Amino acid sequence: MQLSREALLRAYRQMKLIREFEERLHIDIQTGEIAGFTHLYCGQEAVAVGVCEHLSVEDKIVSTHRGHGHCLAKGCDVDGMMAEIWGSREGLCKGKGGSMHIADVDKGMLGANGIVGAGAPIAVGAGISCKIDGKGHVAIGFSGDGACNQGTTFEAMNMAVVTKAACIFVFENNHYSEHTGFEYAVGTNKDIASRAEAFGMKVWRGDGTDFFSVFETMREVLDYVRVPGNGPAAVEFDTERFFGHFEGDPQRYRGPGELDRIRETRDCLKKFRQSVTEAKLLTGEDIDAVDADVMEAIETAVAKAKAADRPTAEDVLTDVYISY
Amino acid sequence: MSKMMYREAVLSTIVEEMERDPNVVVLGEDVVGGMGTAGGPEAIGGIWSTSVGLFGKFGGDRVIDTPISESAIMGAAAGLALSGKRPVAELMFADFIGVSLDQIWNQLAKFRYMFGGKTKCPAVIRMAYGAGYNAAAQHSQAVHQILTGMPGLKVVMPTTPGDVKGLLRTAIRDDDPVIFLEHKALYGVKGEVSDDKDFMIPFGHARLSRAGQDVTIVSTGLLLGFCEAVADKLAAEGIGCDVIDLRTTSPLDEEAILDSVEVTGRLVVVDEATPRCSLATDICALVAEKAFASLKAPPLGVNPPHTPVPFARELETAYLPSIGKIEAAVRKVLSYR
Repeated sequence: MQLSREALLRAYRQMKLIREFEERLHIDIQTGEIAGFTHLYCGQEAVAVGVCEHLSVEDKIVSTHRGHGHCLAKGCDVDGMMAEIWGSREGLCKGKGGSMHIADVDKGMLGANGIVGAGAPIAVGAGISCKIDGKGHVAIGFSGDGACNQGTTFEAMNMAVVTKAACIFVFENNHYSEHTGFEYAVGTNKDIASRAEAFGMKVWRGDGTDFFSVFETMREVLDYVRVPGNGPAAVEFDTERFFGHFEGDPQRYRGPGELDRIRETRDCLKKFRQSVTEAKLLTGEDIDAVDADVMEAIETAVAKAKAADRPTAEDVLTDVYISY
Repeated sequence: MSKMMYREAVLSTIVEEMERDPNVVVLGEDVVGGMGTAGGPEAIGGIWSTSVGLFGKFGGDRVIDTPISESAIMGAAAGLALSGKRPVAELMFADFIGVSLDQIWNQLAKFRYMFGGKTKCPAVIRMAYGAGYNAAAQHSQAVHQILTGMPGLKVVMPTTPGDVKGLLRTAIRDDDPVIFLEHKALYGVKGEVSDDKDFMIPFGHARLSRAGQDVTIVSTGLLLGFCEAVADKLAAEGIGCDVIDLRTTSPLDEEAILDSVEVTGRLVVVDEATPRCSLATDICALVAEKAFASLKAPPLGVNPPHTPVPFARELETAYLPSIGKIEAAVRKVLSYR
């Protein structure tokens, strides 16, 4: 199905927003001003956006430690996110969560997660909730090729099938679980989707570096899971991680020229620009205008984050309980 | 008031809350008990009979029989709670926190804080705990000492059927995650229970089950009854004991403990957890810090030894705090100087 001009511009803007958010973090982290561990999503934007462009605020997602892209794609406020990563009191989580724990439950974003493999069971619970409500909403659990090896993910897949949860397991295979290659760590013939299939789910596969592949695949997956009674499904997207496991990772595991090659041939933003301009759906000028707009948004977010109130010692004690 | 068993108080409270609020859902292993069998769907109704009839009454959407997947059960409870439901999840044995602790500790307990206070997580995790059934090291443990130390959780340990009713209702209506610990040896105990379908006992309010001037005994759960037996025996000798049933270990009713010790000057904490970093050490430290001037004797804990729970009858009997051990501890603090 042909996307409207507005939909194309919006999808591109979302991907570009994630890209520049991450590229800017990569620079700012090196100054030492940003504390803690940061895991960048750069390179995988087509997956988050290709999935979330189908979702409403009633649909839920559960994210990972590499969660900035999912958060932005699901509609988390860019200023609030930047402020959170800078540890500001005005951040989305008041500076108490940081990069690995950004959430906005009102937007259906049930949290990034610092524990690899912890998200899938939570997504099943959210998917059971969607099933109970019977309104065709779904819960999406994002997992990487690392999380696919956790027992929690296996338990979650079986539980989702048994309970017919309205849940979709989205596996983003970026080829590295931390510093280890998936060809070593994923035993099932380098393939993740076949595991989900073995648990009794319908599965799909797509190119996670191509927005249109992700978007069209997800249309089919969602059409299936939104039908009451169908239960869960899974999809594996082959994608690329442009940075290391964490910021500061020297990436000694990469092959010669690997990063240059994947940036050249597997960049979802370049592919998007090429395909929409060749098909004359958008012009180069249209896309340049979005780029400029995004750069300004990122500048603004960083400026706001730097100027924002810092948390105080008293803030340590609040928000543990609603009442105690 | 009605008279019913501890397990019946659990079940009837769940039924009443499920009737009141359609968002309350139950999940766990064998909570229906018989799915996929010739004798099913409900052949068991939970191995503790605390979910008998729920499936027939409320259906499979709200009474979710799960595979043996404790991490997924706890995680599903977390996802349900974040999605606006009020899950009451059953962990068949408290010992199984070992296979599901991440979802309890790193997820449920921390969502609200990590997310900057912008969410609620109204999940109840019920679990059967405690020794006395020769179930050995992996099916007999008290786990409150682990969970009480986790910020973000509330930990409830009811002793009587009446308290089960009031505390479980509070737990289900609470917007924070609550661990609800049910002692296996108490399931068959009968007691008076309120018929008021809104009867609630607030957390952090201990119950004074015996009143006296000479010694403060603090406990909860199965061992509370042992403490009462000791207090009754000593009362005949003219020795008065305050016996405090904590009801909840998090929040802790510090005021009840400190007020009592300020009068008695003597403290014995009777705790089913192993002794290191236990409820007993915690409360003894609290009293040493905040009621030091009142003390007439060093505070004393009565715990099992620093061993796993043993199997054989003789061994388990030797392991658990007994009426005799509690009495000896009370006499020890009475005879100090």
